[in-house]
Amino acid sequence: MAGAVALHVGGDHAARFEGKAATRETPLVKWTIIGLALTFFAIFLLLPLLAVFVEAFRKGWETYLTALTDPDALSAVRLTLLAALISVPLNLVFGVAAAWAIAKFEFRGKHFLITLIDLPFSVSPVIAGLVFVLIFGAQGWLGPWLFDNDIKIIFAVPGIVLATVFVTFPFVARELIPLMQAQGKEEEEAAVVLGANGWQTFWYVTLPNIKWGLLYGVILTNARAVGEFGAVSVVSGHIRGQTNTLPLHVEILYNEYMFSAAFAVASLLAMLALVTLVIKNWIEYQAARSYRTTYGTSQQESAS
Amino acid sequence: MSIEVKNIHKSFGNFVALDNISLDFPTGELVALLGPSGCGKTTLLRIIAGLEQADSGQVLLEGEDASATHVRERQVGFVFQHYALFKHMTVFDNVAFGMRMKPRAQRPSAAKIRDKVHELLNLVQLDWLADRFPAQLSGGQRQRIALARALAVEPRVLLLDEPFGALDAKVRKELRRWLRRLHDELHITSIFVTHDQEEALEVADRVVLMDHGHVEQIGTPEEVYRHPATPFVYSFLGAVNHFHGRTEDGLIRVGEDVLQRQPDDFAQTLAQGASVVAFARPHELMILPDVGAGEGVAAKISRILAFGVTARIELDGVNGASGQHFEVELTREQVLQQGPAEGQQVRLVPSRLKVFEHTGV
Repeated sequence: MAGAVALHVGGDHAARFEGKAATRETPLVKWTIIGLALTFFAIFLLLPLLAVFVEAFRKGWETYLTALTDPDALSAVRLTLLAALISVPLNLVFGVAAAWAIAKFEFRGKHFLITLIDLPFSVSPVIAGLVFVLIFGAQGWLGPWLFDNDIKIIFAVPGIVLATVFVTFPFVARELIPLMQAQGKEEEEAAVVLGANGWQTFWYVTLPNIKWGLLYGVILTNARAVGEFGAVSVVSGHIRGQTNTLPLHVEILYNEYMFSAAFAVASLLAMLALVTLVIKNWIEYQAARSYRTTYGTSQQESAS
Repeated sequence: MSIEVKNIHKSFGNFVALDNISLDFPTGELVALLGPSGCGKTTLLRIIAGLEQADSGQVLLEGEDASATHVRERQVGFVFQHYALFKHMTVFDNVAFGMRMKPRAQRPSAAKIRDKVHELLNLVQLDWLADRFPAQLSGGQRQRIALARALAVEPRVLLLDEPFGALDAKVRKELRRWLRRLHDELHITSIFVTHDQEEALEVADRVVLMDHGHVEQIGTPEEVYRHPATPFVYSFLGAVNHFHGRTEDGLIRVGEDVLQRQPDDFAQTLAQGASVVAFARPHELMILPDVGAGEGVAAKISRILAFGVTARIELDGVNGASGQHFEVELTREQVLQQGPAEGQQVRLVPSRLKVFEHTGV
């Protein structure tokens, strides 16, 4: 959350810097830099976003709606939501537990654990998918046993969920570890000395202190879970109406030259992304506000 | 409640924080653990509270071994150096926390909790701040709220870790007096950790001086200040002059100079020529005009600071004492009478001297 807070706090400083003639840049420098940034922003961010919506509606509303209400598309939506619905809570619990352990306790192998948490970030998603195929696939380690017991993981829904959980693993933990480390453990110690048990300490002291960071992590996890392509693509098997998620569905439509339908479904993902961004911004705003009220301003600090 | 620690040993890796510490804190006393940072005083406090585990040794609360008792059952009040108030709770909720966390069967009713919180806030004279958040308070106010919160669970002992360490000098002085008054009112066994000797001497009934994981001396503020038991205590409490020299028939020689005319009792028990260090406080030194090599250590006045009630005179040793610096405190009258001048060569004679055998470096 540190990033989110810094963003809002830093704003005042920049305004003050720009407000004074002594510290202001010349207009030429200023507008060149702003112009460069805006051009870059327009070409690489705004244009693609517009293109998605323009292409989606090129053949009119009806084609758009047909593409979205197609049974295969609806099934893809369901599967995507299911994957997100399972992976987000799982990673929320795991992320909080891991961050708690890493930030508040000293133990052997701590650095190894931190490195392990980062693994999904550093490994290519395709490799991640492949790993699951090698473990659970027909030729994999557990393949024969799974076949004998009639359990399907690869090319089925469990595989997709597994791959999604894997790639979204680090978000919550990574968000919380620096936050909890910065907060230290004095408040927790104070709670325990005052007679609170472990659960009470977590619920009444730790959780309120990390809630905005946690929510931020959850939003990021959700965004990645919905949009994941690589790992899911490897384990999915692309069975229409069964193991296709939204990003996979978009790819199939595109490969079959159904551009409008592909963009229509893509616009759904884009809208989801926009909503996510709005929520993320709102959280950042709230976090900055609660940061201000908990840490006060320098004025309040010195008043006695 | 009385606290007793027996043979406490604690090390962090190779660093020995506490080496075989045994102490006794009688009921109702306010004791200061005093020492430089890194001497183990905070570790000892945290071990008593149960926040830290000793490698070996026992903590006895009211004569009962508490080593296996969980922190939350020890009924200690702990005040942290940086307050550790719950940032997201109001002052009221902070103070009420301990009572609200009790198991349902022991938890007081909401009305009782409210009364108790206001009673405590009145005790620390901050009732009007009940609805504020910690960030809206000054440092001194936060520390008083932290104290009220610790008292809310009716602790049997109160442990304070550098309670005034993070405050500015003026507030610190105020809170010191206030803590002393509060203790006289409540009579709860209290231990507070500090590195500030003035604070310890002013507030505590008894002072425990610690250095490098050892207890150096225990005593009333008067005792430890007037009769320091070790060179460490001498240098740690107040300004002091060191004379590095050797013994000769019970006399202390610094270079060729003889420090004092009378043989020192302690120095007489030492072997001839033993290396010693002698201590005298700035007000325990006399400045004599240079009268040959009869008595005293030769020194040269380097600076005279003559503001305030007393004047401070800084001197550099010459001859045998060269490289050593001294400080003498004189009253204004003495200064006017003797009229010392900067650059003047004088002799320093102690009116009171404490000699220790010099060990190590």
